[in-house]
Amino acid sequence: MKNELIKPKGLVTNTNRRNFLKFGTMSVAGAGLLLMGCNDDEDMMPPTMNEGVKLGSGDIGILNYAYALEQLEAAFYATVMTGGYFANASAEEKTIMGDLEKHERAHREFFKAALGEAAIADLEVDFSSIDFNDRASVLGAAKTFEDLGVAAYNGAGQFIENVDYLLIAGKIVSVEARHAAAIRDLINPGSDDFAGDDLIDSNGLERTLNFTEVLTAASTYVTTPIDFSQLPTS
Amino acid sequence: MNLLKLLDTMCPDTNSSEEKDMFFSRREAFRQFGDLSKKVAMAAVPLGVLTALPKVAKADTESLIGVLNYALTLEHLEYRYYQMGVESGVIDGADLNIFTKIRDHELAHVNFLTEVIGNVLGGMPVAEPEFDFTAGGNFSPFMDYPTFLALAQAFEDTGVRAYKGQAGNVMESDVVLTAALSIHSVEARHASMVRRLRTKKGQDTVKGWITNASIGSLPAATQAIYAGEDNVTHGGVDVTSLTGIDAAAVSEGWDEPLNKDQVLGIASLFLA
Repeated sequence: MKNELIKPKGLVTNTNRRNFLKFGTMSVAGAGLLLMGCNDDEDMMPPTMNEGVKLGSGDIGILNYAYALEQLEAAFYATVMTGGYFANASAEEKTIMGDLEKHERAHREFFKAALGEAAIADLEVDFSSIDFNDRASVLGAAKTFEDLGVAAYNGAGQFIENVDYLLIAGKIVSVEARHAAAIRDLINPGSDDFAGDDLIDSNGLERTLNFTEVLTAASTYVTTPIDFSQLPTS
Repeated sequence: MNLLKLLDTMCPDTNSSEEKDMFFSRREAFRQFGDLSKKVAMAAVPLGVLTALPKVAKADTESLIGVLNYALTLEHLEYRYYQMGVESGVIDGADLNIFTKIRDHELAHVNFLTEVIGNVLGGMPVAEPEFDFTAGGNFSPFMDYPTFLALAQAFEDTGVRAYKGQAGNVMESDVVLTAALSIHSVEARHASMVRRLRTKKGQDTVKGWITNASIGSLPAATQAIYAGEDNVTHGGVDVTSLTGIDAAAVSEGWDEPLNKDQVLGIASLFLA
């Protein structure tokens, strides 16, 4: 008991984090409560500003960052399904687009549920630069989104504090990489572009992007301002 | 998350002020190392920097070396497999660029991990084991292209799951975690390509992503590679109930980890 007095604050905080995950086995009805245990001052949860959204800080901020990207991807594939490209696509490409639409929607809904009240609002998107009747335009945008998603998760991983969140992000990022490789192969069939030198360096490591780089790239397609100033920097 | 945070979670279990001082000065040493690691690229980490760290760091370094040697073992296996495949002539000419690229990545991973273990962490990189890719005469991957493709899929999907299973074990080091993630997604790209190639060749009907825990047309010996991939519950949330999306698609949307024993069980089939 004496030792309690000299425990660094971090230990207490982390213990709480671990404990609350034990509550994480509740089902959908309670899904919104998943993050309630995170009420230490690092993980404030500010859902909205007047105009735009605030991602927040700590792990909540990073989960909202992922949620923002998944919203963007899900909205993109939902629009793809309504366009002329999809209507005329080959059977293989129809299957791929249909799968990606479901995967990204599932990712989006998962983050929304996991974040509960801490979740940012729905983002407004602007896909006016994409021609959904044109194969090259759709696949080019899909490549941008999927490669961006991989680099974003890979770059954010080091800032995640909770090991369970890190694992969940890891479970998703490899699927985004599987998507990215497939899209790249549709664009340049049978080439080595699925894991191209534009992304993978001489050590065999895929590129990582930081929060600013990712959100700057995404801002072409998102009209809602995103305040990510509270995301962790170290 | 980083080494400093790890130290923050430790606690000098003592009332001796001298020992507490030592603890906090060690923590300060980590703080400086943390700053350093942010500023320098992986490859530029000065040799032996970790040997200058206080003693408390050694246990964590040992643990990192252990995880990275495990990864290196798998990378040796993958590299040797593709190198032998390329040399054997079993690969269709049209697909040679794909497997040459994958081989090059696996070699780069071998070299990178060897460098990090040996020259950055000051450990002893594992030597390449002797492999038997026939698994005791059961497979002929270098004489039969469909078999070559099937084992390539098995190795890539295993690699993705193996790296994922270690993320938590390297998360104290931001640099090592980021490097591991950056290898992990490359393995996933390989897996996607090889899986789709097998389907294009009429060998299977698998997609780039793993549906349920299906082994498709792979031999039954590969079942352990896909065990648990049908999970649809994440962070306590059953995503199928949440979204109404079918379980097959939800299972595709999340890859699952394998622990070290599971992976070594799989890999041991191919150790001579």
